[in-house]
Amino acid sequence: QDIADVGHKYHLELVLEDVLAKDSTVNCTAEVLYHLGHQPSAPEVQVTLQGELRNTAEADNVFYNRVKSLDQELVAENIPDSQGTVPPALEPLHLLAWVASGYLIWQNSTESTKLQLAQVKRVQQVRRSDEYLEFDYLVLLHEMVSQEIIPWQMRVLWHPQHGVQVTEDRHQPQHRLQ
Amino acid sequence: DQVLHIVPETFQQVQHLQHLCSTLLLDLWKPLLPQDIWAGEDLHIRVPATLVKEVKDSLDQHMISYKVLIPDVQELVDQSMPRERSSHRQVAEGYVYTEYHPMEEIYQWMTRIQESYSELVTQHSLGKTFENREMYYLQISQPSDKAKKIVWMDCGIHAREWISPAFCQWFVKEILQNYKSDPKISRFLQNLDLYVLPVLNIDGYIYSWEQERLWRKNRSPYNNGTCYGTDLNRNFNSSWGSVGVSYNCSSEIFCGPGPESEPETRAVAQFIEQKKSDILCYLTIHSYGQYILTPYGSTTEPPSNSEELMFVAKQAASALIGKYGTSYQVGPTSLILYNNSGSSRDWAHMIGIPFSYTFELRDNGTYGFLLPSDQIQPTCEETM
Repeated sequence: QDIADVGHKYHLELVLEDVLAKDSTVNCTAEVLYHLGHQPSAPEVQVTLQGELRNTAEADNVFYNRVKSLDQELVAENIPDSQGTVPPALEPLHLLAWVASGYLIWQNSTESTKLQLAQVKRVQQVRRSDEYLEFDYLVLLHEMVSQEIIPWQMRVLWHPQHGVQVTEDRHQPQHRLQ
Repeated sequence: DQVLHIVPETFQQVQHLQHLCSTLLLDLWKPLLPQDIWAGEDLHIRVPATLVKEVKDSLDQHMISYKVLIPDVQELVDQSMPRERSSHRQVAEGYVYTEYHPMEEIYQWMTRIQESYSELVTQHSLGKTFENREMYYLQISQPSDKAKKIVWMDCGIHAREWISPAFCQWFVKEILQNYKSDPKISRFLQNLDLYVLPVLNIDGYIYSWEQERLWRKNRSPYNNGTCYGTDLNRNFNSSWGSVGVSYNCSSEIFCGPGPESEPETRAVAQFIEQKKSDILCYLTIHSYGQYILTPYGSTTEPPSNSEELMFVAKQAASALIGKYGTSYQVGPTSLILYNNSGSSRDWAHMIGIPFSYTFELRDNGTYGFLLPSDQIQPTCEETM
């Protein structure tokens, strides 16, 4: 739908599939409005779920407690690795990166881009005195049209009851290893 | 098991640590011998799981501070296993098709395949890559008195798309292991010759193993060696340089300074040009996205035989989804993906090869280029 002087609006009907429980699906509808104009701005999105998302409180708490009880800050690199493997213990960090990159992708998408998380290059836990968990991520995003791999740094806050937040992010300069 | 990092501060601490290491027979990673433990120097000890508490209590008692360098040694070992396995040397019969292999092993595999199936298979060179490596393809041809048309398939034109060479190897194995017992394959080989190039962009593929896993282009230098690589799939002479490319070397879709500027492109183009009147079908395998793409990328003008092209492609997609439910989208690149010029598929069709397709294999972005090796088998099986 073209909205004169405003932008392009898309009406979508989607089926959401739970990555960890493939038979769990939820229908949803969405409206996405890409604004016209020279100032790049994130598309406006409205989503309506026709059903409920699976409850993950138990698994969230297990991961939360595990990380809280470590003596040293968690550090990891290359998730997945070159062979596509993710060690089971690092799977939650991978999923967290995925969710958080979803935010980055939303904020940086246009009608001519298709961004995906390609790899978590590095993740480092940041110690906090409050109940939140904080991670500093360097992720690689793949943009389909230009085929570019874009490194992006982001700070992610998470708590089982309070959800995910991206508190800062920076598009890294691309460097080429010669 | 855990690995602890300690920096002893006093001679007394050193003595206690030496005592601990010798009586409990702890595994010293750094230094190697207890007598080399010094105050102020890094100490790394691996402590078996059963002794972790005892050791930590003892350190606490003696006011020796420590850090946990590796919280779970087994985890690290498990993580490194797949990499270890792939550096083992493979025998043709014992070749593991469900793992990704580095170029050295693929070269060895080709030699062994030719030896094991010499009644059908011959290995030939198309030319050399920029870094002077031989570009070998396998010709699978059943001896016969009638002239046969050719089906050409190349894999690995983009370095990071590892599932693509894995598929070419799987495909060759399937054909050769089953040509006597499978009537479809047997009939296929009675009427057609198969030419398979398992890795087109060899230099790039090696680079993605050794230096940068997400590398895409080849490895020819530009701008006085400050920038590397042309996108080989933008370098063919099909509306070269017109759309969906960059003229800047630092881009992933750099089309090169001119059409067929790259040795790899020339090697393939010269061969196909020479044989074009006998080539029925040109297939080029990529990842990811799950598409079967037909010409063209440079224009939305449909090719002359577009109905037939689409019909065959749709049949392929339904056969594919029938296996594991993986859905592939079918259509011209310019309509369902993006615009691009200089692709090998467009070029093959433009010079007269009637059936020309790009396959974009699994997945849809979940793992993208880093497709786990446990997906090699289902991906290859459904694509067969």
